[in-house]
Amino acid sequence: MADPKLRVENVSKSFSHGRDGSATRALSDVSLIVGEGEFVSIVGPSGCGKSTLFSIIAGLESASSGEVVLTSHEHEPLLGNVGLMPQRDLLMPWQSVLDNTAVGLRLSGLSRSQSRKEARSYFREFGLEGFETRWPGQLSGGMRQRAALLRTFLAGHDMLLLDEPFGALDAITRRGMQRWLTEVWRRHRRTILFITHDVDEAILLSDRVYVMTGRPGGIALEVTIDIPRPRDAGVDFERRAADYRAQLLELLAPPEQVIA
Amino acid sequence: MTIAGSRGSGRTRHTLISLALPLAVAVIVIGGWQSYVSLSGVSSLSLPGPGEVLQRVIADAPLLVDNAWVTLRAVLLGYLCAVILGGLIAALVHASTIVERAITPWLVVSQMIPLPAIAPLFVLWTGFDIRPRLMLIALVCFFPIAVAMIDGLRAADPALLDVLRTMRASRWERFWMAQLPAALPATFSGLRVAAAFAVLGAVFGEWVGSNAGLGYLIIAFNSQLKTADMLGVVAVLSLIGVALYSSVTLVERLVLPWYHAERRGRSR
Repeated sequence: MADPKLRVENVSKSFSHGRDGSATRALSDVSLIVGEGEFVSIVGPSGCGKSTLFSIIAGLESASSGEVVLTSHEHEPLLGNVGLMPQRDLLMPWQSVLDNTAVGLRLSGLSRSQSRKEARSYFREFGLEGFETRWPGQLSGGMRQRAALLRTFLAGHDMLLLDEPFGALDAITRRGMQRWLTEVWRRHRRTILFITHDVDEAILLSDRVYVMTGRPGGIALEVTIDIPRPRDAGVDFERRAADYRAQLLELLAPPEQVIA
Repeated sequence: MTIAGSRGSGRTRHTLISLALPLAVAVIVIGGWQSYVSLSGVSSLSLPGPGEVLQRVIADAPLLVDNAWVTLRAVLLGYLCAVILGGLIAALVHASTIVERAITPWLVVSQMIPLPAIAPLFVLWTGFDIRPRLMLIALVCFFPIAVAMIDGLRAADPALLDVLRTMRASRWERFWMAQLPAALPATFSGLRVAAAFAVLGAVFGEWVGSNAGLGYLIIAFNSQLKTADMLGVVAVLSLIGVALYSSVTLVERLVLPWYHAERRGRSR
């Protein structure tokens, strides 16, 4: 693995509930690393604290204990140095698609025309060409996700957190988006930490996969996906992916739970 | 999704219907009114027919125009004061929980003051000019604007604000880019309600503190038992109210094209 870009060390998080002093433990002793330029996924059931972990890494929430280090910005706050794309696209309905994608550039101090020009130059690659002046409400689900991803890309962070970006898409659209994301990642060499509950998606996209189990959320397993890229859905890929799938599912969905 | 041609004709039909239905209501009401007056033989002092009212409106036209201008000016200026006041209060309440706690009950109290009680006081405080009328209109109109905008400012998605924070947006930038635009649809609902109230405020103001304007004319005609003339003034007042309301709706369509594009998309 290349040098670590992100180190999460023994992070725990508890939420307290007001007067009686009781607390819910959301994360327990989570440790993981993401190498420079690496694509790492976290797989886990809903409610296992994955999104809380992302909020902490992005600097939006603080950990109850433990530490998150972004090695390229070691002495700076995390907030503002890590890119975050939440589950929902959260495009602003009152701005054109172009202005939505350029919002990070605007916030970094670029003028309106400069930021538009810069954002526009990515529209073909992100499959948004011809939709620059539309309202987000006029786009399909897949296009909205691509626009949200472009917005995250253009905000200028090397470290990107993508929280189930394809979770709400239909299976066919999702397949295309996965292939496309791999391509974008390969070309731009950003470091990506990716949340999904789809084991196949994690295997297809990732260099390594962490399995998180729930309540409180903790890392149960780390698996290196040793399948050469490009991972086109051939017989060879399917055979090797099947082994990983079995290994991951054994932890995520033990047989008795599957029946129940 | 329909093809462009049929969408166009659908919109034309929609516009026709939205004009034809209120007109149909007007025909039914005016027709009923006229037949009641003709059939019952009620005195024209207590209920003149619509034909007679129309005659008086035409006869009074120069008088009505002059006084309508006085009222319209107060309505527009007072409404503007209310927009500024309501917007300021909403922004303050939004910015600070302490301000919110401190003034929210007093905002409600301000709406409990009966206008006939406060209107003469305004005249005493400021004098016999346009100012007490502006204060009265602002008092009636700021409330729906402020309440709607306070709600609207809470409408922005917290997750969107988080995304903007990861892009180093300052509090002011988050307000300007996300919270304010998200508040606009609700704010416009408040602005429309306020537009309907503004005329009422102006009339109250003219009853106590003016020797001109449509509200003043109503008093004058009433005391001379000129019922038909008085109803004509009411008709002109309604026209002003409808015009103001429609103007706000029109501005809303211009300011919020994204909102209406989205609603059209959803209804199809």
